[in-house]
Amino acid sequence: MATENLIEIRSLNSSYNSSQVLFDISFAIPRHHVTVIMGVSGCGKTTLLRHLTGLKKTGAGQIIVDGQDLGAFSEAMLMQYRRRIGVLFQSGALFYSLSLAENIAMPLKVHTKLADETIRIMAVMKLNMVGLAEFCDYMPSQLSGGMKKRAGLARALIMDPEILFVDEPSSGLDPITAAGLDRLILNLRDTYGMTVLVVTHELESAFKIADRIVVMDRGIVMTAGSPEEIRNDKDPRVRQFLNREADPTKIHAESYYECLLGAAGR
Amino acid sequence: MVNPIQSLGAYALRQVFSAGRLGLFFIYTIRGIILPPGKFWPTVKQVQFIGTKSFAVIGFTAAFTGMVLALQGYHTLSKFGSEGWLGSAVGLSLVRELGPVLSALMVIGRAGSAMAAEIGIMRIDEQIDALECMAIDPFSYLITPRLIASVISLPLLISFCDVIGILGGYFIGVGLLGVSEGTFWDGLTSSVDWSDINMGLVKSACFSVIIVWVCTYKGFYAGVDEGSFGPEQVGRATTDAVVISSIAVLIGDYVITSIML
Repeated sequence: MATENLIEIRSLNSSYNSSQVLFDISFAIPRHHVTVIMGVSGCGKTTLLRHLTGLKKTGAGQIIVDGQDLGAFSEAMLMQYRRRIGVLFQSGALFYSLSLAENIAMPLKVHTKLADETIRIMAVMKLNMVGLAEFCDYMPSQLSGGMKKRAGLARALIMDPEILFVDEPSSGLDPITAAGLDRLILNLRDTYGMTVLVVTHELESAFKIADRIVVMDRGIVMTAGSPEEIRNDKDPRVRQFLNREADPTKIHAESYYECLLGAAGR
Repeated sequence: MVNPIQSLGAYALRQVFSAGRLGLFFIYTIRGIILPPGKFWPTVKQVQFIGTKSFAVIGFTAAFTGMVLALQGYHTLSKFGSEGWLGSAVGLSLVRELGPVLSALMVIGRAGSAMAAEIGIMRIDEQIDALECMAIDPFSYLITPRLIASVISLPLLISFCDVIGILGGYFIGVGLLGVSEGTFWDGLTSSVDWSDINMGLVKSACFSVIIVWVCTYKGFYAGVDEGSFGPEQVGRATTDAVVISSIAVLIGDYVITSIML
């Protein structure tokens, strides 16, 4: 029987070489909901995403997907899991030697026996969802950064995944396109019942689409809850992040000017 | 006292890890022959890139190598009154050694560096991660077609190199230096036999594997060990690929020659 939570992260720790980046991360990702992970740059959001997609092996801790430990998956099981997920990378990660339609069609070509014409129709449909249908024969080098990102999302959706992982969807997009993408994510949840995990530091977008928000800082989960709960959270670090206040311990504007003027005076 | 020992130990462990990863890389590449996606058209594309587009540079290299061999060979042989052996000298040198080695070095410089750079850029742009997340084996998609194409192309390129080099030697030896045409061809055909051609083909097969193995490995893991993904890592991977594969070809040449001679 399916549980309420599709993915559970339990006491996850992660390091790169000898440098630890995630400390005892624990939270759940509910089914058919949009979960947003927010935090400052370098807090470990992308590392967490790499663990959830199986790109980084789970060492200490567990990631339970539908009751099974992702860290214990065989290669075949990992491949099966990856057919259930779609991933939008921050830069889009399109293949430059293929046209847009060929990029989007690639998973269908490899994993299905559909006719080429059917595959092309499906690819164009997905490009239509992200507003790029007329660019289907363009090469990625002919597109802007925002268009590449939208094409990457179309590719992530081509297999109608159960879980969608999205890394910084709004970065590099104009406000109108970003709003369109937010609407699309909500549509995917409502119409397709997709479980979506979004990694972002865009506050407005996060509060618009999230059913649940997880706030991270320096590799730990500071707080997790509904958007209302997060908005009312009293933790000073959470308030600083939500109010977009500069960290006084990191930026010394006055001492910088003093140095500059002092150096010029000498 | 402890830190240098620790550093040495850590260095040794890293080298063992890299050697293991290199071996696994080759195994996964071979395994990719039987895994999807299909290989035919990607292999044809790579044959065109590695093989067809290398003909011009191999041709130039071979022609001038043959011409220089004839020039140098004639002036040395004439001291002993043995100009008649010029065809033999040019033919044996090219077929056994210079053809395979120079062709391999030219392919490394042209195609090997491009492979390392292209795959390195795919690594830093997360395209390899995207392949894995789409449940597509990156070795099967990226590396295996290149390996098959190289094994097909390099023997043909080396054969082409041998022919052009011999013609270059003929042009200088017979055309300019006055060696008799019959003597030249007679010396060539009587000295070069199937064991020499066989040696060249064995070298071509080994060099084709070395080039793709080393160059694609370096590109595939560009930046992975440092944990930093940028143009500098791609540049370093490309340089390492060219240097290491060139040295490996030269070492492989010595080993194969010592076994087969």
